[in-house]
Amino acid sequence: MVESSKHTTSAERRSDREVVVRRIFDAPVRIVWDAWTRAELFSRWWVPKSSGLKLQSFEQDVRVGGGYRVVFDLGDSKTAAFFGKYLEVQAPSRLSWTNEESEDGAITTITLEEKDGKTHLTLSELYASKEALDRNFGSTEGLPEQFGQLDALLPTLV
Amino acid sequence: MVQYSSRLDASFAALSDATRRGVIEQLWHGDASISELAERFHMTLTGMKKHVGVLEQAGLVTTEKVGRVRTCRLGAGGLDEEWAWLERHRGVWAARFDALDAVVEELKRKERNDGRK
Repeated sequence: MVESSKHTTSAERRSDREVVVRRIFDAPVRIVWDAWTRAELFSRWWVPKSSGLKLQSFEQDVRVGGGYRVVFDLGDSKTAAFFGKYLEVQAPSRLSWTNEESEDGAITTITLEEKDGKTHLTLSELYASKEALDRNFGSTEGLPEQFGQLDALLPTLV
Repeated sequence: MVQYSSRLDASFAALSDATRRGVIEQLWHGDASISELAERFHMTLTGMKKHVGVLEQAGLVTTEKVGRVRTCRLGAGGLDEEWAWLERHRGVWAARFDALDAVVEELKRKERNDGRK
């Protein structure tokens, strides 16, 4: 695998109701910002092939109060929609939005910080309560990756 | 310590099977009867009973029979739920960000090419 330059993604539970994910990208913030805020770019990476999910449509109106809507094609003409609105839009360093498809939806905030030409991305998901975060256990969005993670871990741990 | 590692061995052996991992995932969402699990995973009752038996021996699942229904739930000896949840969550973002890397690289190349024009 020629992926030596790939950066790792870390995740931590910062508090009872907040999860923080971090990742570095080998590009200036303006490029990473574009990839988050231009629909034609965003829709190319938000649903990775390994998830087994198919993106049916994606719309976004990146301004404070503007909305977004992600629709997954689940097969058998079933779909699942994820939607919300943008709370903060500070190009090119801070973007915040609601997740309104469930009552327990978090507020997601990304901050992009440039250091030596690289982008340090911090993504926070802040839930209304610990219970809301815990209920999010039920999310199946990441199911196939989770199995992949377990598969990857098994040989190292057994 | 010895006890702990043998329990871990049993846990990971139990989880080496995709169906059993699926059962664990399913039970994260809530308790389920053996017949519900069998139906969910398109298996016979006998087949599912075997899988649940392995998970039960590893301490990952406990079962309780009430009347004719045997209900399965995650056991106290299961994977640390928070760790598992966080790891799953991290996995989702890691997959996304690896895909984002590819888009970012393409944009960088495009910028360089445009700059040369």
